[in-house]
Amino acid sequence: MKTPLHDDKVLAHHNLTRDEYDLISNLIGREPNLTELGIFSAMWSEHCSYKSSKVYLKKLPTKAKNVVQGPGENAGVIDIGDGRVIVFKIESHNHPSYIEPFQGAATGVGGILRDIFTMGARPVALMDSLRFGPLQNPKNRSIMEGVVSGISSYGNSIGVPTVGGEVYFNECYSLNPLVNVFCLGLAEKDKIFYAKTDDVGNAILYVGAKTGRDGIHGASMASQEFGEDTEAKRPNVQVGDPFKEKLLVEACLEVMERRIIVGIQDMGAAGLTCSTTEMPAKSGKGVEIDLDLVPQREKGMNPYEILLSESQERMLIAARPDQVPAVKTAFAKWDLDAVEIGKVTGDGKLRCRFHGEIVVDVPVSAVVDLCPAYSRPWEKPAGPAKRTDFGSIPQPKDYNDVLRKLLSSPTIANKEWIYRQYDHMVQTNTALLPGAGAALLRIRGSKKGLAMTLDGNGRFAALDPRTGGKASVAEACRNLACIGARPIGVTNCLNFGNPEKPGVMGQFKEAVEGMSEACDAFGIAVTGGNVSFYNETEGVAIDPTPVLGIVGLVEDIDKVVTPGFKAGGDTVILLGENKEEFGGSEYLNVIHGLNDGLPPTVDLDREIAVHETLLEAIGEGLVRSADDPSEGGLAVCAAECAFHSPEKIGCDLSFEEGERPDAILFGESHARILLTVRPENVGRVLEIAEKRGVPAKIIGTTGGSSLRIRVAENLLVNLPVAVAYRLWMDAIPDYFAVPKSFS
Amino acid sequence: MKFGVVVFPGSNCDADAYHAFRDALGQPTTYLWHKDHDLKGVDCVILPGGFSYGDYLRSGAIARFSPLMQEVREFADKGGLVLGICNGFQVLLELNLLPGAMLRNKKLKFLCQYVTIRLENDRTPFTRKGTKGQILRIPIAHFDGNWYAPLETLKEVEDNGQVVFRYCDPEGALTEEANVNGSLHAIAGLVNKRGNVCGMMPHPERAVEPVLGSEDGLVVLQSLLEKIS
Repeated sequence: MKTPLHDDKVLAHHNLTRDEYDLISNLIGREPNLTELGIFSAMWSEHCSYKSSKVYLKKLPTKAKNVVQGPGENAGVIDIGDGRVIVFKIESHNHPSYIEPFQGAATGVGGILRDIFTMGARPVALMDSLRFGPLQNPKNRSIMEGVVSGISSYGNSIGVPTVGGEVYFNECYSLNPLVNVFCLGLAEKDKIFYAKTDDVGNAILYVGAKTGRDGIHGASMASQEFGEDTEAKRPNVQVGDPFKEKLLVEACLEVMERRIIVGIQDMGAAGLTCSTTEMPAKSGKGVEIDLDLVPQREKGMNPYEILLSESQERMLIAARPDQVPAVKTAFAKWDLDAVEIGKVTGDGKLRCRFHGEIVVDVPVSAVVDLCPAYSRPWEKPAGPAKRTDFGSIPQPKDYNDVLRKLLSSPTIANKEWIYRQYDHMVQTNTALLPGAGAALLRIRGSKKGLAMTLDGNGRFAALDPRTGGKASVAEACRNLACIGARPIGVTNCLNFGNPEKPGVMGQFKEAVEGMSEACDAFGIAVTGGNVSFYNETEGVAIDPTPVLGIVGLVEDIDKVVTPGFKAGGDTVILLGENKEEFGGSEYLNVIHGLNDGLPPTVDLDREIAVHETLLEAIGEGLVRSADDPSEGGLAVCAAECAFHSPEKIGCDLSFEEGERPDAILFGESHARILLTVRPENVGRVLEIAEKRGVPAKIIGTTGGSSLRIRVAENLLVNLPVAVAYRLWMDAIPDYFAVPKSFS
Repeated sequence: MKFGVVVFPGSNCDADAYHAFRDALGQPTTYLWHKDHDLKGVDCVILPGGFSYGDYLRSGAIARFSPLMQEVREFADKGGLVLGICNGFQVLLELNLLPGAMLRNKKLKFLCQYVTIRLENDRTPFTRKGTKGQILRIPIAHFDGNWYAPLETLKEVEDNGQVVFRYCDPEGALTEEANVNGSLHAIAGLVNKRGNVCGMMPHPERAVEPVLGSEDGLVVLQSLLEKIS
């Protein structure tokens, strides 16, 4: 006997509840067949429907004067003036990257690129936010090596520079690495394309790679926890072909430039299903397609497989019948097929034929818009079970040793081993090489520059999700300010555990509210992004990790500031104040083995005043270098400013006595910036700070070849820059070095 | 002087080269489509960087069969100027217009970074504007840039003065560390015997404006405009 579709096992396999099944039956006026069930399963998955997150995501500010397109399209669009817009978004590919690191990461790059060029923008920059478990564990090294090569292989081949990003290491990511990929494209404001079909009778064309059995149920896979059978999910991971996508980019941009299509969408998660329902839904129309006409790579594929395959490098185009011949010719030039697989209809339904029979007949609005939104139960995060009494933590005996250990910690150490594998200069717009706080592209034909940064601190968010959410926004904006850029738009990737657990839902709610508050304060809108739930393996969730991608604008690229010390004899000024906050710090983690305490507080008014002070000083040409203390605090920040100077200039800093010298040197308080100015400009910088009510203190001078830091007259740190530099440079490569006996 | 930038499927530095020759050098520049049989009367052909045909079989191995390569070969045989950059260099090796072959970089990783290269021969059309021993700071971005050839070929190349660039340290010394990809004799760029075909792994088109961090690539571009003295 055939198993009925509402059988618990069938529903569980499709990740649908019985209530959802009943709702589907109501919406379509009968019980769905298996193919239709698959369609709802994919489109109503957490990954595609945001059913658990919608109610909270509404709280994020999505409107601002410069927003051309907010959430709801393939990517957000922001006006940057001069008739130009940027199109940008971040997306996760966490689950596939754990199962198969190389292809998982590579197809993450491919997917986000399609989201950008599908809107008519040429992708001009990529960045990645990565999280791995500690590198002492060979499994984590192999995941990291695979992810980095995957990103490198796809981005390099397609010719979009990977200009920046961030990488953190923490035990909680050991069985659940995070791979969040950001892409930014440039377009002319009047040439943006949307995912729509327009009128009845328009042709539906399939372009790009053939459909195979890869990636079936990728979207629902990303909406489940992993368990022991994770390895068996490998066939669910898609395989990328950057060469094919390069051809697609060129062909698609060409037909859009010539305006010979009416709408376009990529086939990402949920494949053909997603594009054949979302495009007509946006135009209030329906679509009828013949599945036999879909180009197939494998023999004997059934409707279920054809509709749910997540084969990569495919796009769906809607064109007027008179445009079809020109579209076909344009794709043929790039050796790509454009196959007409159906037509736009007026009845609002997705109807699919297979071998002459109708196998799918569902209203597109039911699939796209009517997925239930859940207000899942949540609990206010309690924070860590036990709080360490900080008074009981011993003060270091040897501060040089602490600094050496921090500089060698992979989270802090130089990431050249990674970014050297990425082509970060192709397209010849890269104005700052990776390694600075933010990436920078010049904009051809103007003096302006586009800055961008990715920031997220899972440890802070784990200890206090609301503060962690705010902190990520504040830090991203601070990184932009440090090079002289003002934030103009936000995308975010929210990586959390299982939302069906009230504790996780509470973290999510708090973090989103924190981010909203911070974005509001900075006056910037969130134009899209991605939620990745179910980042749990064997019941253990990752630290809540909201990652912010913030784009900034530099008015005059010649005034950009970099972190490296420029000359000896400059005065070092600290903007903001040392609050001796070391909860959640890399120092506590590396030196004392603790992930504990309250994360540093975020004072948004102060934060903004500090950034404005810096931006004004940069605008007046007073600032020689600027960097913000983050992981590892002031001591690490000063060391990095020395490392970034080509001559490896040292510095001599001193601080007044506080409660704990270790908190002064290694605490990670926000709203602080370390900058250097010529002695004759000190007065003016202090004046600007005073005017804006920002504490500013002269803390030393640059010069010499050592890092020397005093607290209350005690010389605590005295380390040659060259020695510290080697530790910082070699830490990550050393984990990947071939043992001497084999080389 | 008119320049032509060949576009293969998968080329991704074609627009960069076009921009460099047209805007930074200020010369008429045109794209040449790989499927055509027409060099559009250009005076110099540029084979740009990228991943022609995805580099799926071997870097440059499929591009050599593109229809336009027949014209490029005839053009080169008649003494026309051909410059292959990165993937373009690999295509020239596959076309046998230049000797040797590329192996994977010695550490088996893709490398994108600035390198310093020493100009070894200033009497070629690609280096005339520079001086022998001059050190240029130019980026590389490749996986297969480890130039290799049999001993007798290497000797011939050296004896004929065909080596135009070598990887060196910032002071000009040839060190193992500076030879980032492991090329034989640290070779970064070569010309053919006649001197009219040049291949180089570093990307001169990426170093033509101050905002990009270096203008040293202009030495190569401007050399192409110098009249033979």
